[in-house]
Parts: sequence; structure tokens; C-alpha cells
Amino acid sequence: MAAQTTQVAVLGAGPGGYAAAFYAADLGMQVTLVDQEKNPGGVCLYRGCIPSKALLHVAKVVQDARHAAKWGVRFGEPVIDVDALRAYKQGVVDKLTGGLGQVARMRKVSFLQGRAALTGPRSMRVSGPGGETDLQFEHCILATGSSPTRIPALALDSPRMLDSTSALELPDVPGRLLVIGGGYIGLELGSVYATLGSKVSVVEMTSGLLPGADRDLVDVLQKRLETLFERIMLGTKVVKAVDAPAGIRVTLEGDATPAEQVYDRVLVAVGRRPNSQIPGLGTTRVAVNARGFIETDGQRRTAEPTIFAIGDVAGEPMLAHKASHEARVAVDAIAGRKAVFEPLAIPAVVFTDPEIAWAGLTEGQAREQGIDIEIARFPWGALSRAVTVDRPDGVTKLVLEPGTGRILGVGLAGSGAGELIAEGAHAIEMGATAEDLKLTIHPHPTLSEGLMEAAEVFFGQSTHVYKPKRPPRPS
Amino acid sequence: MIEFKIPELGENVAAGDVTRILVNVGDTIARDQPVIELETDKATIEVPSSVAGVVREIKVKPGDKVKVGAAVLAVEPSGAGDAGGAVPAPAPAQPAARPAPVQQAADTPPPVRQEPQKVVAMARPQRPQPEPPPAVPARERGLAAPAAPSVRRLAREIGVDINEVQGTGPGGRISLEDVKEHARRVLSSVGAAADGRGVVRPGAMPLPDFSKWGEVERQPMSNIRRKTAEHLSQAWTSIPHVTQVEKADITALEELRKKYSAEVEKQGGKLTVTAILVKVLAAAVRQFPQFNASADMQAQEIVYKKYVNVGVAVDTDRGLLVPVIRHVDRKNIAQIAVELQEAAVKARDRKLTLDDMSGGGISISNLGGIGGTHFTPIVNWPEVAILGVSRARMEPVWTDGAFEPRLMLPLSLSYDHRVIDGADAMRFLRWVADALEQPFLLSLHG
Repeated sequence: MAAQTTQVAVLGAGPGGYAAAFYAADLGMQVTLVDQEKNPGGVCLYRGCIPSKALLHVAKVVQDARHAAKWGVRFGEPVIDVDALRAYKQGVVDKLTGGLGQVARMRKVSFLQGRAALTGPRSMRVSGPGGETDLQFEHCILATGSSPTRIPALALDSPRMLDSTSALELPDVPGRLLVIGGGYIGLELGSVYATLGSKVSVVEMTSGLLPGADRDLVDVLQKRLETLFERIMLGTKVVKAVDAPAGIRVTLEGDATPAEQVYDRVLVAVGRRPNSQIPGLGTTRVAVNARGFIETDGQRRTAEPTIFAIGDVAGEPMLAHKASHEARVAVDAIAGRKAVFEPLAIPAVVFTDPEIAWAGLTEGQAREQGIDIEIARFPWGALSRAVTVDRPDGVTKLVLEPGTGRILGVGLAGSGAGELIAEGAHAIEMGATAEDLKLTIHPHPTLSEGLMEAAEVFFGQSTHVYKPKRPPRPS
Repeated sequence: MIEFKIPELGENVAAGDVTRILVNVGDTIARDQPVIELETDKATIEVPSSVAGVVREIKVKPGDKVKVGAAVLAVEPSGAGDAGGAVPAPAPAQPAARPAPVQQAADTPPPVRQEPQKVVAMARPQRPQPEPPPAVPARERGLAAPAAPSVRRLAREIGVDINEVQGTGPGGRISLEDVKEHARRVLSSVGAAADGRGVVRPGAMPLPDFSKWGEVERQPMSNIRRKTAEHLSQAWTSIPHVTQVEKADITALEELRKKYSAEVEKQGGKLTVTAILVKVLAAAVRQFPQFNASADMQAQEIVYKKYVNVGVAVDTDRGLLVPVIRHVDRKNIAQIAVELQEAAVKARDRKLTLDDMSGGGISISNLGGIGGTHFTPIVNWPEVAILGVSRARMEPVWTDGAFEPRLMLPLSLSYDHRVIDGADAMRFLRWVADALEQPFLLSLHG
């Protein structure tokens, strides 16, 4: 058995793990990155953000081509070559993960492929294609991520049942697809399959799609999804699923009729659960809470002082960019720096068409927590760039502190919203006010003007929206 | 696994800065083996371990501030296995000075590479013992302070709670300058408030912005500098100082000094004017006990000390240190000279302990090696007098109708006028000068 020692061992090479490993290496630490895959990337690159975005891009092109008929350009019905599409998606994944492998080598990060089991607060055993390795470390960062949540009642041993991982493998384009779960994963993958030709139905247990997002943003998306999807069933539950010869027969409980329906495939996308059942975790003092997340302090240090946890396994929101930020905090802590995870805004993006994005305080959170806020909205119908691309279905919204006009939250819905939210996150982190945003020149004609004009709305002075509801504020 | 915690370090010493770690993870340490070096307010101390075993974890690093009681090392006790898993007794605060079985260290395998399973097996049953470091709380979400990430990071680094900072920007936005200004205000308000025994921090007045007039550089005060500043401000404000000056004719003494210096050198000392003065003061305070005293204003009493310890100010690269030579009344000048030499070496090597520097009754500050005629030394509170010594010079002295070249030593005596009257002070100073001029008096009266 091989034995190795390292300063920092990183378990899991997703966007949290590889960011931690690379940053630690940049700070001059000796780093070993452990993952089951051949290259770094994790769920995000292999089975999540990246392959889904490749497919969503194709879906967008198909939709735009259809849309073009309205502008006098007809392409005819698209012919979908599923094998070629799958190969394109796989090419994107291979390129990015291979690139990360190269970057790891250039940084002299030692990459150990295999499954790891902790053997104590300073050691783990890795079993992989290269045999078994005993790895001794000074510090370890657990970045083991999350997996799709399974519903035991619907756990049929049938290839017709999909989760996000198998759905991204694109087995075929089913005739009728039921998506269980109206969260971002279900809506993104549902959009892909609907565009490729499936009749997609979405069933969501709560009363609205995208629980947690502000309704005015979701409404923009829902209007479009209602035309793209066969049905959206809210307040509805799947109570039974049977593998029948004709397909999966599901029994619905709620407003939907008929209560029994048959689908060619069923995609279960009801969320993700943290991968905290790490073998050998019991040999350390690392504590896992009732929801399955590893408990950490502000520096992402667990109850075992040598071990840190970041990313999905360390808590909500389960987002790649949150994980990579935590990675830097944890490495800074290992380096003895006084860093703490304290973002004011973690942007969230739903990559549907239109996209939904938000950062900081949402209107819903403010109401729930009783925080006094003002809202300034700018509809994309008044945004020339949105009109030129024939996509006026969008809104830019600022959540502001009354009086000071400090920007506490930003919400966006519209085609391209995901690329705009970073400015909002930056404004929130900098403690910017509506006046700062208003006085920053935004290029014309772009979608970004919506942020500036929403700030102008706060002062009752928007150029393109006439809304003299209140006396102009002194500025 | 047991923890080695910072033991009691001495009177009024609650904390220190870690300057060096003297062991590595995996090292086998013996009881009483120095494991870390701490810079406390006055001294750099090598802290000996109160436990023996294998170092499994080092919980501090150079630059950390640690308090008495803080965990420094996690140590796997040697021989704990055959002791039937008994939890070792808590570390004694003052380790017994027993010779250490150091040779064990040679048998230890290199760091990190030790059988991990064993560590785990032992760590588990004794779980209540090691405590993880205090958790750093993440900020609660909600209406956080309006400050850029860089500003928040700076605040955290310098120990300012960003939520307490008053922002001067639009919407109360907190700038880098706001954080710095807040830190300045906090420091000066802490300084203005009495701390414990009424110690006043210097510099309570806000400083102007010097950068208006040109480039400046800021450097943190070392612990010794800070403590010196605090101590002397306190002494200066609480003691009504008077300084009286005199000159002593040491022409004859100088001849004796030269004559016997080789002999003292053989014993390992330097026969200096300071060494002689220590002995002179020892004799003088027996004649004038109010010079070896302290004023207890709360009890309205004067504390007379029956022991005679003399502090000698030493100029080091880290600042002013005052080692104390003990029981000088029972020592001859040669012994004192040897001890002075040892103290000077220790001071320069940062080996002076707090004990070495406490318990003085009166002090000497000799700047004669550098120059000067007279100066006004500050009394080293809670003492009541300090003798300042400047450079001896040949001077014409009118004797029996003619000028004679005499070697004159300028003396400056500062004293606490609450305890000592001016006339007594002059008598004391004259007594010291007489003793220098006619060394026989030392034997006669002292």
C-alpha cells in the first residue's frame, strides 16, 4: 500500500474542491485533490451546470429559429440528431474537465483518483485504480457535494425513471415526459426536452414554481412555460407510480384530472441532498446536522479542527459559486488569515428561457422577516434592447432600503438575466445606493440599462417609464 | 490526548504574543522542556511543558496572542497505554524543576507519519478533554453593515466589529477610512478610561492627520514599547516628581576602580561605576529608609521594605528593561558586578524573566556611557526614587586656593515628593556623593 503525506487534502473535486485545491497551491501549500473521476469537475461539470447549459443553449437556438418566422425568416422544422447532440454535450464536458486536469498538473496539485475513507482527523485511505493509498494530511477540506434526492415511493427500478444525472445523458426524446418538481432543475431540463419535442408536464407540490423566488419574476417565466409545456400542475403530488407496459402510470393527488396518467418517462427533480455519509467520518469529531449538512463555523471549520467542509455538503444554497467562494475562505483560514464567509449576496440563476436571477434580499424574504423595504421595478417593454430582440417579457427589480436607497436585493427576469445579476451582486456587496446605480453610465442599447433605469424609478425620474407617483427625491 | 495550556506566567501577566514554536507535530516532549516562546509585556519567556508525550497538534502559531489557560498543544501522553487509559492529571501550574528525559526525542519517528488509527483509538474515549478552537461565528444574514467586502475584511483583520462602525458615506456606507477612524477612537477611549489600577494609556488625544504635511509610516508598538509607555505615563501622572542634581568627585574612586577591575574581571564581572553605585545605594537606603519605600495612598500608609533590591535600567534593542539585583546589602561589589554582567547578557538575549524584573526598591539609570550632564529620570513606580547618572568629566575644582583637575560624576536624583522631602533628598544625594568620594565611609556607615 502506498503512503503519502500532504499539507492539504481536498476530498471532492467539484467547483468547491478544485477551487480550494488550486488556491491552496497558489498560496504555496502542498495539496492533494481526491475524486472518483479521472479529472476535476464534480457534479457541476460532469452531471450538472455545464452539460445542462450546453443543452439549454441548443434549446435556445431552436426556440430562436422558430421565433424567427415572426421576423420573416423561416428555417423549417428542426431535425434533432440526439446522438450528435449528446456528443456535443459530452465534448463540452470533456474539454472543460480535461482543462481542469491540466491546470491541476500545472499547479503541481497531486490528483488522486479513487474513493476515500477517513481514518482519523489527520488521515484517509483512498482506493482507486492505482491501488490503495494512505494519505496523511495536516488539514482536510471536505467538498463531497450532493446527489439527487430520491423519493422512496417512486423508486421504480425502471429505465423510464430519470433523475437529473440520467436525464442529462439524453437517452432519447420521450413522447410524454413528467417532471416531478418545479424547481430550477426540473424547469431547466423540462425546457430542454420540451424544445427537443417532448410533451412535458410539470408537477409541483407547492402552490408555485421556483419556491423561494419572488412571484413577479416567476410570473414572467411561467407565462412562457405555459406555452412550452403541456401542463403545469401546482399544488399537486405524485402519490404512486407503476411501471406499466405503456409507460409509467402515475397517480396524482391535487387539482389535476384525470388523477391517473401515463408517461413515457418520469424525471424526478425534487432537490438534492448533501453527500455527508463520508466513510470513516465517525473516526473524527465532524458533526452532521439533522438535515444532513456538515456543521461548520464561519471559516467553514468543522468540529474537528483539522477538517473543513465547503459547498453543498456544508449547507444551502447548493450552488457552485457559493462553494468556490467558501473554498477560498477555508483555505485562507488554513493559511491563518482572518477570513470569514460573510457574503451579502449569493446570486442565483435559473437558466430557463427567460432566465430568472436574483441576489441579496428578495421581496418575499423582506416581507417574511418584517424588513421595511421599497421596490423599484423597470419593465423590459421599455428597454430598447429587449424590444430589438423581440423579447420584452422581462423585468428588473431593485429591493431598496427606504430613506437611504441602499440596494439590498436585485431581481431579474428576462432573456439574458443571468448575465446581468453580477452587477446587482456587486452593488449589494459594495453597499451601493440607488443613486450610485443611477449615476453610473450604462451602455445603450443594452439590457443592463434596466438596472440604471430601475434606480431612476426609485427617484421617480426614469427616462423611459413615466411614473410621477411621488414628488421627486432630492438627489 | 491531553492539552498543554499556558500556565501562570507571573504577577499580573495574563497574556503574551507567541514569538516562536519550539516543537513540531510528532516530537516527543519531556516535562519542563520549553515548547513555545512568548513575548509578554516585559519579557520573552520560554514556556516549559507541564506534560510529557508526543505532540499531536500545535494550536497556536507565531503572532497569536494567547492568554493564561489557552490550549497550546495536544499531547498524547507517553506511556498512557500501559496506564490503563487513565486520564492524566491536570497540568500543574508551576511545573516542578525536575531533570527531563530528553533522550526520548531521538527515538521518535518523523512528523505526521505515525499510525493514525492509534491516535483515533485513543482520542475517542477521552473525548471531553480536547476542545476545538472557539468557533468564529458567521454574521447573521439580514441588514448587514453597508461596507464593501474589502472593508469588511480589513475590519475583521484589525479586530473591529463592522456593525459598530459609523459609516460616513451615502446611505451610511462604511469606507476604509471609517473603519480606521473607528479603530482610532476605540483605542483612545480605552486609553482614557482607567484600566485596573488607574493606568492611563498615553496618547488619549486624537492625532492630527500627519500625511497632510508629508509622508508618514505607521508601525505597531511592540509589547515592551506599549508597556513602557503605559507604565511611565502612569508613573509620571501619579507621582509628584522632583529632581535634584549633584556632582560627586570620583577621582580617587576611579583609581581604585581601575586598580581592582582586573580582579573583578577574573570573577566574571565588570567593575563599573554602576556596580559601585548599586552598593552605595544599598548602604544609603539603610540610612534613609524612606528611599526604599512605596506610597499606598488608598491605605494612607507608607510601605517600608526591609529587603534591598536595586533595579538597573538596561538599554536593549527592544527597548528599556530594568532587571533587579537582589539583596545587594548582603553582597559585595564584585558579586554585584558579576550579577550585573549576567543580567545585561540575559537582557540582550531576551532571556530575562518577569521575576528577574520585579521586586525592585530603588533604581539606577546610568546614561554616562553615552554622555550628558544631568537629566530628570522618571521614578520607576511603585518605587519612590531613581538615581540618574551621566558622564563623568575632568573639571577644574577650586581647592585650597587653586584649581585642581578632578573627575566629577553628575548625579540626578528624582523622587516621589509625597514620600520624600526635599531636604532629605539633598541629604540622601549628598550621602551618596560622599560615599563615592570617600569609599571608606561605605564601611564606616554602611
